[in-house]
Amino acid sequence: MNNTSTTVPLNYLNHKTGLWSWLSSTDHKRIGLLYLYSITTFFCVAAILGLLMRIEKFAPGPTIMTAQTYNAMFTIHGIIMIFIVVIPGLAAVFGNIFLPIMIGAKDVAFPKLNLFSWYVYITGALLGLYSQFANGHSPDTGWTFYVPYSAEASSNVVIALTAAFILGFASILTGLNFIVTIHKMRAPGMTWFRMPLFPWSLYATAWIQLLATPIVGITLLMVIAERTLQIGFFNPSLGGDPVLYQHLFWIYSHPAVYVMILPAMGVVTEIFPTFSQKPVFGYVPIVFSSLAIALVGYFVWGHHMFTSGMSYESRWFFSFLTFIVAIPSAIKVFNWLSTMYGGSVDLKPPLLYAISFIFLFTIGGFTGLTLGSLATNIQVHNTDFVVAHFHYIIFGGMGFGFFAGIHYWYPKIYGRMYNFKWANIAWAFVFTGFNVLYFPLFIIGIQGMPRRYFDYDPKFQTGQMISSVGAVILIIGLIGMISNLVYHVKRGAIAPANPWHGVTLEWQIPSPPPHENFDEVPVVTRGPYVFDNPVTK
Amino acid sequence: MSTTEHSDHMDSDTGKLGMWLFLFTELFLFGGLFIVYAVMRSKYAGDFHHAALELNAFIGATNTVVLLVSSMTVAMSLTAIQRNQKSLAMGLIFITLILAGVFMVNKYFEWGHKIGLHLYPGSDVMKTLPHGEIMFFGLYYMMTGLHALHVIIGGILLTIVMLRINSGKINSQHYLLQENGALYWHLVDLIWIFLFPLLYLIT
Repeated sequence: MNNTSTTVPLNYLNHKTGLWSWLSSTDHKRIGLLYLYSITTFFCVAAILGLLMRIEKFAPGPTIMTAQTYNAMFTIHGIIMIFIVVIPGLAAVFGNIFLPIMIGAKDVAFPKLNLFSWYVYITGALLGLYSQFANGHSPDTGWTFYVPYSAEASSNVVIALTAAFILGFASILTGLNFIVTIHKMRAPGMTWFRMPLFPWSLYATAWIQLLATPIVGITLLMVIAERTLQIGFFNPSLGGDPVLYQHLFWIYSHPAVYVMILPAMGVVTEIFPTFSQKPVFGYVPIVFSSLAIALVGYFVWGHHMFTSGMSYESRWFFSFLTFIVAIPSAIKVFNWLSTMYGGSVDLKPPLLYAISFIFLFTIGGFTGLTLGSLATNIQVHNTDFVVAHFHYIIFGGMGFGFFAGIHYWYPKIYGRMYNFKWANIAWAFVFTGFNVLYFPLFIIGIQGMPRRYFDYDPKFQTGQMISSVGAVILIIGLIGMISNLVYHVKRGAIAPANPWHGVTLEWQIPSPPPHENFDEVPVVTRGPYVFDNPVTK
Repeated sequence: MSTTEHSDHMDSDTGKLGMWLFLFTELFLFGGLFIVYAVMRSKYAGDFHHAALELNAFIGATNTVVLLVSSMTVAMSLTAIQRNQKSLAMGLIFITLILAGVFMVNKYFEWGHKIGLHLYPGSDVMKTLPHGEIMFFGLYYMMTGLHALHVIIGGILLTIVMLRINSGKINSQHYLLQENGALYWHLVDLIWIFLFPLLYLIT
């Protein structure tokens, strides 16, 4: 016992110390932080790769790298960002830290399995990193591993595929854990429809993780078999079918987009009521829109392949369903806006990011419909328009949802407060930089700039230059944001238990939470968003 | 809320739900291969017919019976432990393991015979075959290979179960691990029930 223990109450951060106490902890909050630190590290690596690619594209012709290096870079950037950062992302970090607390449980259903999942994850992540450096043959297939190229390329494709397979396994185990936790661990009185909406979004996400990930697992195994055993499932010269690969790949990888975005939607759904001091508008529709996105999202994969060779009927069908899946997303947007309407809106950093999320996600969503329409798809397929679209969804959606979440729950996680002014300035840089970086890509994409090219026609230079400037602004903003958060972990003002006057369970316990969350098992008697004494401005 | 009895009951339910969800993912894993099989079968119906004639339906049928019986013994073992008949439970799991071994030995001779005929992916003979037959044998090795891997994992799991029964960790009150092990073994059996007609019987 040292001096601090007499002044600072014991909590999950200080009840045990030492590196091993973290690496062997089955406490869901500590595992969540392990994910937070590993994901942030990988995010920074991949963001720097993104910046290097933008610098390369500042001017036509080779600038700072060769074409082959560029190919490797967008592949590494994609593999890290998709498989290591955004797919686990919000669910693994905030889901782990807050799901049990928000439903009034002491931990997830399988704490040991939870820790094991992190080890599986970090093994896959390190293997992924290793594939980039082993023998100097970085994979250059793009993160989608399309055959026949991925079956023939001489780069480290097998290692990268194995890494993706292992990461998928971690994702399945996390999803499984969350489903069982939500079914079995809710506090007394916490009925399904008294559950906050972030757990609901995790529930929908977990089912996708569980039911879609095995498909990509077996698909990646088939490509590995193709490369090592010469079984030509996808190789036309042996009778295989390359388009079949694309089907199997997107059967997982499109639902994976909803694995990324649904938890982000869940996070902002928590933020809007709290910062408006008003019950969420349309609780039940939000629940069912999450489930509908998970269900319909499973059947839209074909819209990635309109130009790959599919029957007219399939194209019609997939295009139609793509439009259908936009409806539940739109329902959510209306509900968020209506939640703020007439509330006492408090424009703190979490809400800034949440509102930016709506703005960017809406742009991403509408351009998604442009891509989902059969005629316009052919014009913009495989152009920078696609790149801009999915960055608006993945970065503007999932990324900003993550930033909103970390600014929202930071005082709860660390018991300290970050600097608001600093956070607001960083937000301005991030938001401006993001739009300057990605919006021009829509325009040059429509004009015909193909994606994944390291060189371009000089007529695209204006757009490319603006975009590169945006990348620099964005990186400055990210450095500002991360350093604000890191700096105040130890030095920030002590945060109260409930700095934002939230009403869900995590705000009813001390900051940071005690080791086992609740001293007594909470008994829930009402819905999650009842503001008895709303703070008015 | 926190009496021992109650939380044990919760654990058993929770553990079983987790196992069922995991089995779903296993079904989907094989589901990917079934999709490829369906696509290739419709594309190369004639070649699949010829290639399937190469398989020995007798060994396949024997293995089906072996696995079905092993599923029965593992289920009987669970009933035995629930009735507190420890040595009977262990004996029945031991029989299950023997049957798993018989399955693998048959598989070994079956694969060995085909490899002896140079019917394996990438061989000289294989390259001369029509596309559909190459695809059939590719699927045959992939599907039965992945299934055999599951037989091995299931065997290891049941061995652990047997050791735990011996040490008393699994007993008439706490048999979640055995229940889950048996569920897994049934899955291994179930997948074979689909593989057998798809590969051996439909010609």
